[in-house]
Amino acid sequence: MNFYAIGAIYRAEMARTGRTLLQSVASPVISTALYFVVFGAVIGQRMESIAGVDYGAFIIPGLAMMTLLTQSLTNAAFGIYMPRFLGTIYEVLAAPVSSLEIVIGYVGAAATKTVILGLLIMITARFFVDYQIDHPFWMMGFLILTAVAFSLFGFIIGIWAEGFEQLQLIPLLIVMPLAFLGGSFYSIKMLPEFWQTVTLFNPVVYLISGFRWSFYSTADVPVGLSLAMTAGFLVLCLLVVSWIFRSGYRLKS
Amino acid sequence: MNEAASENPAPQGALPGERALVVRNLHKRFASGLEALRDINLDVGYGEIFALLGPNGAGKTTLISIICGLVNPGPGRILANGYDVVRQFRQARASIGLVPQELATDAFVSVWSTVSFSRGLFGKPKNPAYVEKVLRDLSLWDKRDNELRTLSGGMKRRVMIAKALVHEPDILFLDEPTAGVDVELRREMWALVRQLRDQGVTIILTTHYIEEAEDMADRIGVINHGELVLVEETRTLMDKLGRRELRLHLHQPLNAVPAALERFPLTLEGNGHELVYTYDTQQADGDIPELLRRLDEQGIEFRDLHSSQSSLEEIFVNLVKKRT
Repeated sequence: MNFYAIGAIYRAEMARTGRTLLQSVASPVISTALYFVVFGAVIGQRMESIAGVDYGAFIIPGLAMMTLLTQSLTNAAFGIYMPRFLGTIYEVLAAPVSSLEIVIGYVGAAATKTVILGLLIMITARFFVDYQIDHPFWMMGFLILTAVAFSLFGFIIGIWAEGFEQLQLIPLLIVMPLAFLGGSFYSIKMLPEFWQTVTLFNPVVYLISGFRWSFYSTADVPVGLSLAMTAGFLVLCLLVVSWIFRSGYRLKS
Repeated sequence: MNEAASENPAPQGALPGERALVVRNLHKRFASGLEALRDINLDVGYGEIFALLGPNGAGKTTLISIICGLVNPGPGRILANGYDVVRQFRQARASIGLVPQELATDAFVSVWSTVSFSRGLFGKPKNPAYVEKVLRDLSLWDKRDNELRTLSGGMKRRVMIAKALVHEPDILFLDEPTAGVDVELRREMWALVRQLRDQGVTIILTTHYIEEAEDMADRIGVINHGELVLVEETRTLMDKLGRRELRLHLHQPLNAVPAALERFPLTLEGNGHELVYTYDTQQADGDIPELLRRLDEQGIEFRDLHSSQSSLEEIFVNLVKKRT
C-alpha cells in the first residue's frame, strides 16, 4: 500500500474543502437550517406529530439525509472531475498508486466531509428544534455508510461526466427529487396504498427510514432492510468503480 | 547503431537489465482504429539524453504516455529501470518523472503544496529540505507561497518540472519541454537538463525543435507514422547524413563551371554569381585548399565565402519524406 499517496490525495482534497468553506460547508448548513426554521420551528408547531414524534423533530433525519446525499455526490464528483478538467489527473495516473489507493484518497476525503457536514447540520438543528438520538452508534453507522456509498457514487459521476452540466445533472435532477419524495417530510405510511408501493422502489426511502430509526426508534421499513439496501448500494458502486479502473473508462485510452 | 532493431525480439527474462528503458515490440491501436505505434523497439542507457523527434501525430506522446501509465499499452513489453511497467508498475513508476506537454496545474494551490503533494503521491515520505532544494534549483523558491494561478506560463512549466523531480526519479520524461517557452527560459531549461544528466538522471525528451535535439541529445530517435524509423547517435547521424556546403560569392558571374574544376562537385546559383561546393562531412576537408588554388589559377575572384553544415532539420525532412 502506498500510504503516502493516500495521505497526499486525502490531505489535498481536505485542503480544497478548507479553501471553499463557505460553499462546501456554510452554504449547505445554512440552507438546511432554513428548512428547520420554516418547517420545523414555525410550521411544525401547527402540524400533528407523526408516530409520536413532533413534526419539527420528525423531519430532521430526512432533511439532514437529503443535504448529505446531494452534498457527498457533488463533493466527490468535483473532487475527481476537476483534475480531469484541468488535466492534472495525469499525475495520479502516472503515479505508483493502485486504483484502490486512489479511491480511498478521494472517496475517503469526500466521505469525511459529508460526515462532518452531517454532524454540523445536526448540531445546528438543535438550536431550533428539540430532538433526541436513541441509537447514537447506529446513527453514526448509517451516517458513515451513506457518506461512503454516495461519495463513491459521486466519484463515478465525476469520472462519467463530460461537462459541468452533467456533473450537476444527477444530484439535482435525480437524487434531490428522490430525497424529497423519499419521506424526508412525511412518513410513507401517510401515502395512499398504491403510492406506498411505488415509493418502495425509491432507494432513498430506505436510507431515510433507517437514519430516522436511529433517532426515534420508528421506521417506515425494517431497519435491517435499510441497512442491507445501503450496504448493497455501496457494493454496487464499488463494483462500478473497479470496472472503471480495470477498463480505464474515461481515464485512459 | 540501432541496437534494438538489429536484435531479435529477446525472450522474456533475457532483456538487457542495465538499461534505463527497454521497449520491445510495442504496438498500440486506439479504439478509433488508429495505429499509433507499430513495433517499437528502443533501448535507452542510464545517464543518456535521448531525443524523440517526429512530426505532430507521429506517436511521440503516445509512446511516452504508455511508458508512464497514462495510456493503456498494446502488445509488447516495456521495462523502466528494469521493472515491467505493467506488472511491476509501482517500482517502474516510482523511477519515472513525467512533465507532460500541456500545462496542467491546479489554480488555488500554492507552489509548495503542489510540489509536496507530488512527492507523497509517488510514495516518498515528507522531506521539506529536499522540496526546498528542488524549488531553489528551479528558481521557484521565492514563489513557494504563491498560488499557481498567479504564475506565468514559464513559471508553471517550472512547477511541473519540480513536481516531476521531487520524488527523485531515475528517468525523466520531458514531452515538448520548450514548446511555447521564451528564449531565455529555453536556455535555462537546456542548462537544467544537462545539470540533471550530470546528477545521473536519464532524460528522454520529445521535441519539434531540431536544434534542441542536435544540441542536447546524445542519441536521437526519429518517429514517424508510429514507426521508429531511425535511432542513432546525434554525432553519427550528423556525420552520416549531414552535408557541408561552401558557397562562394563571385565578383564576375560565370556562365558555366570551368572545365578545369570539373572534378569538384560544383554548381552555379544566383545567375552565375554563386559557386556552391557540396561535400560530405566524412570526406576530408583537404579538398578546399585545392579548390581555392584552382580558382586562383583560373582567375576567378570571390568577394565572400560562406560555409554551412546541413541541420538536423534538413536531415529529418529528408528522412521523413523518404519513408512516406
